[in-house]
Amino acid sequence: MRPALAYRSLALALGAALLCAGCSVIDGPVLDPKGPITLAERDLLFQAIGIMMIVIIPVFVMAALFMWRYRGTNKSARYTPNLAYYWPAEVLVWGVPAAIIVWLGLHLWHDTYKYDPYNQIDPSVKPLEVQAIAQDWKWLFVYPEHDVAVVNELAIPVDTPVSITITSDTVMNSLIIPALGGQIYAMAGMQTRLNLLADKPGTFWGRNVQYSGTGFANQQFQTLATSKEDFDAWMEKAKQSSQPLDAATYEKLAKPSEKVPVTYYSGVEPGLFDKIIAKYSHGDVDREPHAAHADSAAEPAE
Amino acid sequence: MDFFGRLTIDSLPFYSAIAASGAGVTVLGALSVMAVITYFGAWRLVLFDWVSSIDHKKIGIMYVMVALVMLMRGFIDAAMMRSQQAIAYNNEGYLPPDHFDQIFSSHGTIMIFFMAMPFLSGLINLIMPQQIGSRDVAFPFMNSISLWLTTAGAGLVLISLVIGKFSTAGWTGYPPYSGSQFTPGVGVDYWLWAVLISGIGSTMSGINFLVTIVKCRAPGMTMFRLPLFTWTVFVTSILMIFAFPALTVACGALMLDRTLGFHFFTNEAGGNMMNYINLFWLWGHPEVYILILPAFGVFSEVVAVFSQKRLFGYISLVLATMAIGILSFTVWLHHFFTMGSSARVNSFFGTMTTIIAVPTGVKVFDWLLTMYRGRIIFKPPMLYTLGFLVTFVIGGLSGVLLALPPIDYLMHNTTFLIAHFHNMIIPGVLFGYLAGYMFWFPKAFGFKLNEWWGAASFWCWIIGFYLAFMPLYVLGLLGMPRRMEHYEIAAWQPHLIVAAIGAFIIFLGIVCLGVQLAVSIRDRNKALDLTGDPWNGRSLEWATSSPAAPYNFAVVPQVQSIDAWWDMRRAASLMSRPAEYEDISIPKNTFIGAVIGGAGFVFGFAMVWYIWWLAILCLAVIFVAIVIRASDDDTDYVMPASEVKKIEDARFAQLAKAPKNEMADDPGFAGQPMPEPST
Repeated sequence: MRPALAYRSLALALGAALLCAGCSVIDGPVLDPKGPITLAERDLLFQAIGIMMIVIIPVFVMAALFMWRYRGTNKSARYTPNLAYYWPAEVLVWGVPAAIIVWLGLHLWHDTYKYDPYNQIDPSVKPLEVQAIAQDWKWLFVYPEHDVAVVNELAIPVDTPVSITITSDTVMNSLIIPALGGQIYAMAGMQTRLNLLADKPGTFWGRNVQYSGTGFANQQFQTLATSKEDFDAWMEKAKQSSQPLDAATYEKLAKPSEKVPVTYYSGVEPGLFDKIIAKYSHGDVDREPHAAHADSAAEPAE
Repeated sequence: MDFFGRLTIDSLPFYSAIAASGAGVTVLGALSVMAVITYFGAWRLVLFDWVSSIDHKKIGIMYVMVALVMLMRGFIDAAMMRSQQAIAYNNEGYLPPDHFDQIFSSHGTIMIFFMAMPFLSGLINLIMPQQIGSRDVAFPFMNSISLWLTTAGAGLVLISLVIGKFSTAGWTGYPPYSGSQFTPGVGVDYWLWAVLISGIGSTMSGINFLVTIVKCRAPGMTMFRLPLFTWTVFVTSILMIFAFPALTVACGALMLDRTLGFHFFTNEAGGNMMNYINLFWLWGHPEVYILILPAFGVFSEVVAVFSQKRLFGYISLVLATMAIGILSFTVWLHHFFTMGSSARVNSFFGTMTTIIAVPTGVKVFDWLLTMYRGRIIFKPPMLYTLGFLVTFVIGGLSGVLLALPPIDYLMHNTTFLIAHFHNMIIPGVLFGYLAGYMFWFPKAFGFKLNEWWGAASFWCWIIGFYLAFMPLYVLGLLGMPRRMEHYEIAAWQPHLIVAAIGAFIIFLGIVCLGVQLAVSIRDRNKALDLTGDPWNGRSLEWATSSPAAPYNFAVVPQVQSIDAWWDMRRAASLMSRPAEYEDISIPKNTFIGAVIGGAGFVFGFAMVWYIWWLAILCLAVIFVAIVIRASDDDTDYVMPASEVKKIEDARFAQLAKAPKNEMADDPGFAGQPMPEPST
């Protein structure tokens, strides 16, 4: 195949891919965040892409330039068959990537502490506590302060930090609401935590993203981020539910099922979340099983 | 106790038309291979020249054949996934979840364990001993066992399509989902035994390659004169030896959980799934370097030969390879930053991961600088190398992004991750192996592969790759999780349709590879490699005839520099013939390797179906086979000097007829090696 034709088809393929990228990605959950966590994670993404262009662009330029200039048929180009070492080049090829990685590493270290999902978003404000329990194939959210539980729907007030403690009553799951922030695994017998905040009202999808069996694709829910008043109204509605979530109801709910409609429960079995963890851990409920987290919280998180 | 364990007539796939046709294709494929062998009356040849062979070159060829067959099977899985996702917006598509889940599990398992690993072992077996001037690998018989154990594992994956079902737990088999409580059928057991049995083969391969490089080098071949491909094999072998036991332990413990009711990784009774996940990735991350380092080695050879120039930065490339090898053991936790580990743990593993980008970047620049002031000839292996250079850095970029824990929290488990690792594995690993396949094919068979079809396959692969995987990056930014059998977000579908088109173009690339092989065999007499050095090569494998004699080198070469063959030709020293040849001792063919592999296959099958008596019988067969082999003191035969002389005479007569290098007619040819210009 002739090189010229080859370059054209490659350019065509790249163009098609870019065009495809252009449409609809702008309003995707990651590039159009609805909360400060996703926003910060997105900005780090852009920064990192930007800094890495320092090495990526030279590779593209050098590849194209050398392929053309030093093609075998171009007898006018310089040919030095024994050139195998040139120390300034060696310094550059080690030094530049290393410098970029130092820069990235510093940002990585700083941002990993700053955006640790376990960090409280605003220590001066008491966050809304939610307990998330992964089941086959649905999510149960418990509001312990309100004595309310709901399946496959999460309501939160805008501009209020939310602290979600997570466990699983089945296989490993992973909870994410991409418009608001990243994911954390849900594991049986263990508790994990995710701190989020919505700074714009709206309805954002969330789901399990850790493959968990045949119902996996249907394991999703909507997050309703509303004003404080609307949140209170939602809570009132939930409290009107005639159905309590006692041990027997829970047992039935925990059985594998798919596409379970949003269901509200008023009156939750006391200590339900801890009992689910205890079921798998010899009755030992360690509220923060990852001891390392105790000291990471003590780090200056800024 | 049931005589056939849990195997019943209901295990046959008559419950679904798609499953039944998959089984049909598998059975038909096996039958037609047997029919072809029978038609050509080639059973004797197949059995006595190939199956029983312990010649490293034949073993290498058989490995690559396994890899190409499994590549097709793995691609069919990929095509089914892509087409399912392209149509499954707001509907169930044509694959039920249970079937879709088996397909993504078998796709990953096949591509990593039974396409990439055999391809890698095949190229290493074929070339590495010749590159270091050796007559064979250190342990030729163990080599045969490795081959047949790998084939046994591949066979278990294939037969799961016909009898029973395959795993639905993904190629990583995460517990507790893969435990007997959640997936009680035979699927995960098929996966476990395929991985366990082939993993033993891979560990033995690693030992074999490492000892070969350490002990079997020709005189003068010091470590810092090893060709780069052999250097990468050296590091890869060390990684194999240290990483595979972690996988064997993880899978062994999971097998005990499933088969005997242990509690290593269960939810209850003190099990902890994260122990499995740590062990799995303690193997899994070095594994990606096990796969990619030899491909880097191929690129290093190809870029120097087709730029007609010495490799730039040899020492840097060696050091970078070593650095990658060591660092690969320090990053495994980046596969699960999201388990709730602390910022301290995550930032350590994140930083170590980004550090790997430095030696990798060094390699990319050194390859580019090898092209600088060269005379580049665009043969298919070089096309694959150039496609790799440009595409791979995009994968490197997304890899560094995923190494930053705050970004990983968002992108983990999405198709962004899928796009990333395919962006490393297709251009990095597969392009490298295909470049090696086209580069070294003449060395294996004595004729060159058709270049037009080779170039066509390259363009289909690279265009198909961009179309299939760039949309997956976008889908990751749109939040699409991996392993979605259907979905309800309309914005995802256009990207998935483009990805399916990309998969179709990749399919054309695979067709081109098939046509290339067929056309090349048909026209082989027009593309014969008479000199043994079809590309004006630089390293010692081009000093042998194509295909190489059973002993590779009649006279063990004396190595004086890095580009050993190039410099020998420059000094015109190798072409002189010795006055007298010596007797050469060559290992005899034996069926024991194949018997052990076959017994391993039946053992795996018996364990999957709980047919205990058969499993014990197979272990006994393996034991007896090893005892028989161990008590056999007559494993070699001596090829007398007269026969060596006959082979070599024929070779030199052939060389006399072809005085010119085959590359000399290329318009870009820059000349045979000449004494260094005094500048």
